[in-house]
Amino acid sequence: MNKKAWLLFFILLLTVSTALFGCSSDNGGGAGEGENNEGGDAQDTLVFGRGGDSVGLDPITVTDGESFKVTKNIFETLVEFGREDTEINPGLAAEWEIAEDGLTYTFKLQEGVTFHDGEPLNAEAVVYNFDRWAQGTEDKFYYYKSMFGGFGDDEGHVIESVTATDDMTVEFKLKRPQAPFLKNLAMSPFGIGSPKAIDEMGDEGFNETPVGTGPFKFVEWKRNERIVIEKYEDYWQEGLPKLNQVIFRSIPENSARLNALTSGEIDLADGVNPSDSTQIEDNAELQLFERPSMNVGYLGLTTTREPFDDPKVRQAMNYAIDRQAIVDAFFEGRAEVAKNPMPSVIAGYNDDIEGYEYDPEKAKELLKEAGLEDGFEMDLWAMPVPRPYMPDGQKVAEAIQNNLSAVGITAEIVTYEWATYLDKARLGEADAFLLGWTGDNGDADNFLYVLLDQDNIGSNNYTYYENQEVHDLLIEAQSEVDEEKRNQIYMEAQEMIHEDAPWVPLAHSTPLMAGSAALKDFVAHPTGSDALAEVYFE
Amino acid sequence: MLQYIMRRLLQLIPVLLGMTFIVFLIIRAIPGDPAVVILGQQATEEAVAALRESLGLNNPWYIQYFEYLKNLFTGDLGQSIRTRTAVNEEIWPYLAATFELSIFAIVIAVVIGVNAGIISAWFQNSWFDYTAMVLALIGVSMPIFWLGLMMQYQFSLQWDWLPTTGRENVRDPVNAITNLYVLDTIIQGRFDQTVDVLRHLVMPGLALATIPMAIIARMTRSSMLEVMKSDYIRTARAKGEKMFWVVYKHSLKNAVIPVLTVIGLQTGLLLGGAILTETIFGLPGIGRYIYEAISSRDYPVIQSGILVVAFIFVMINLIVDILYSIVDPRIRYS
Repeated sequence: MNKKAWLLFFILLLTVSTALFGCSSDNGGGAGEGENNEGGDAQDTLVFGRGGDSVGLDPITVTDGESFKVTKNIFETLVEFGREDTEINPGLAAEWEIAEDGLTYTFKLQEGVTFHDGEPLNAEAVVYNFDRWAQGTEDKFYYYKSMFGGFGDDEGHVIESVTATDDMTVEFKLKRPQAPFLKNLAMSPFGIGSPKAIDEMGDEGFNETPVGTGPFKFVEWKRNERIVIEKYEDYWQEGLPKLNQVIFRSIPENSARLNALTSGEIDLADGVNPSDSTQIEDNAELQLFERPSMNVGYLGLTTTREPFDDPKVRQAMNYAIDRQAIVDAFFEGRAEVAKNPMPSVIAGYNDDIEGYEYDPEKAKELLKEAGLEDGFEMDLWAMPVPRPYMPDGQKVAEAIQNNLSAVGITAEIVTYEWATYLDKARLGEADAFLLGWTGDNGDADNFLYVLLDQDNIGSNNYTYYENQEVHDLLIEAQSEVDEEKRNQIYMEAQEMIHEDAPWVPLAHSTPLMAGSAALKDFVAHPTGSDALAEVYFE
Repeated sequence: MLQYIMRRLLQLIPVLLGMTFIVFLIIRAIPGDPAVVILGQQATEEAVAALRESLGLNNPWYIQYFEYLKNLFTGDLGQSIRTRTAVNEEIWPYLAATFELSIFAIVIAVVIGVNAGIISAWFQNSWFDYTAMVLALIGVSMPIFWLGLMMQYQFSLQWDWLPTTGRENVRDPVNAITNLYVLDTIIQGRFDQTVDVLRHLVMPGLALATIPMAIIARMTRSSMLEVMKSDYIRTARAKGEKMFWVVYKHSLKNAVIPVLTVIGLQTGLLLGGAILTETIFGLPGIGRYIYEAISSRDYPVIQSGILVVAFIFVMINLIVDILYSIVDPRIRYS
């Protein structure tokens, strides 16, 4: 290269770098990006930063929270959860009646609702959706089977028929009473889609370009980069949504996401590290949101493996572990110490149970009774990934290891890649393992039956816990329509589980979110799917 | 020359075949039935049977392999289990994001690395030399994860110069044509967006460039030192040629060959090394595409993603080999 060329090159380099850095002052820099609309009206576009992209946008086909976060705002369900709880409220159904025997549900639909493609919402449309799901298979419509027991003529399928009795009335006939039926219907997967759009696009197309009745309509999806939804002008609820546009962005790293929030590139950040909470509270431009706990983190004790086949040993483990210390150290106090397998917000929670207190002496005593006064060796499985219910499996495992060594138990910490971890634990290969669960529909059945009933051994009952009496109670509760009686049954079941101690319940964490201080009326929902219709900027 | 390229291309065939075979083995190496592993234990038997069929798992392995090769030749990279989309349809945007980042990073690494190496060699044992080489040592050992977060803290939060994450300002998104955003925005005449996209590239580019930059600087320095001791350089200096031209013209030409090799290797490694950078800076690149496939056991995506990256790696090395002969005509390939 000759002299001139070099000179030119350096000048170019200088110009480009000046332009790149210098530009920041033109539009107010990183923070300026978030405030493009300032000057005149309040901002009306919300950028929502979260950990991962959605898998699909047809809610019935997916199982991940990131998908539901978006579909919750595009679709609506027959009945809806409350803004901050899992109470049942009217949704697309304005009112409903339940027959005495609990087998017939009649829904009167809301008038004047239209899908984003202009089609009217009527009884036919609702029937169309349920027929579509009932003809599915498990790998297509997982949650349909999970909540309603099967498809078509399957033995376990709870729904016998769904019919339109007139233009705006839908009647569900059940084969047997299902107590959490309404709560199931309120779950995001059962959002009602436009029959015309489904017919025209097919399952695949609908999954990419969903059409519902919700406050926002779908605009664009660039995988792993952004999902854009926009105000639906003909939305049936007067004055909603208040925002014009919502953009979902995925930023996998929690700290990086918080940085993006602090600099104003995003307005709302999901998944905040508990350790960052004070920093957010100290920043006047940010606010912290706590998501009510709908989860449990626990140490599972595989009841088919020695020595955990002895309830005394399992109780000893419960006495030996200092949960309060774990919550203080690794959840930054942003969690409730657990004593039951489900969090206290759920109806049927037994608050009368005295949790096992931290008492190493008592633990030693119990071990002695079990003939293990010299202690024993065990593998302690630590989760390789952070989950809302377990921010740092490795460190929690170390704390437990420490507690156990104080009572003479030698625990070796092992871990596997996440999917392998789950598979091996499910096959009962772990002595003791850290795990957790986030509820789907805010019902006790979704915790106790799913996680601890013998029917679910080989599925979500990882401890292989079996107790016929508990099983009978849990099955009875499934068809008990009287709320009061049902709660009573669950309380009884929790006592038995407490005695049998298949778990060391550790904590119910409060997942944290953070947002710009200008954001108003945002409520973090316990299910993890947040409705954004009422959110606005000041 | 042409003959040489042809021969190199022929030599590629066994390499590529070996590569496809290893990638092919990934899915077969799963203990148990891969279809069950992929679908999970609650999957119905029909679903498992259907997947076995579509993965061709019912045939003997050599037939499976030839089927796989045949599909590859027809451009069929399989279908993602998670998104149910053909991999060859969805892979490009990710590749494009990584390309853009890698090119940006390698340009930074080469420009800064080579010059720092040259100047260090020129003024050997000067303060510049020491500083540069200590910095290079720090650079090589820098944990990208930490570096990335610190850069965000400093450049975005403290100084407010650059955006923290992403490829673009999502409030004013780029209209993708080629998915190479710098190019797309130029084509569309949206130069304000070009600047925005470049600004988004600066931090991840620097973070990604750190390690190759340091390696290139060290390599250039040692290679230059060797060349500058040779006779013809002494002659050039004795002739009264300005030192600048002695260094940048006469020495560099001969010193550049080993540097080129390192640059080639590092460019290839960037594609894989981008995973961390892409995670911290929230960039939708090929590294994250494969990473997410691994965490959701999307085997067809893992397979094809690895294959594509390996293929690019091999191609870059081929290009570097060809460049040797252009840079140094003395290299003859007979």
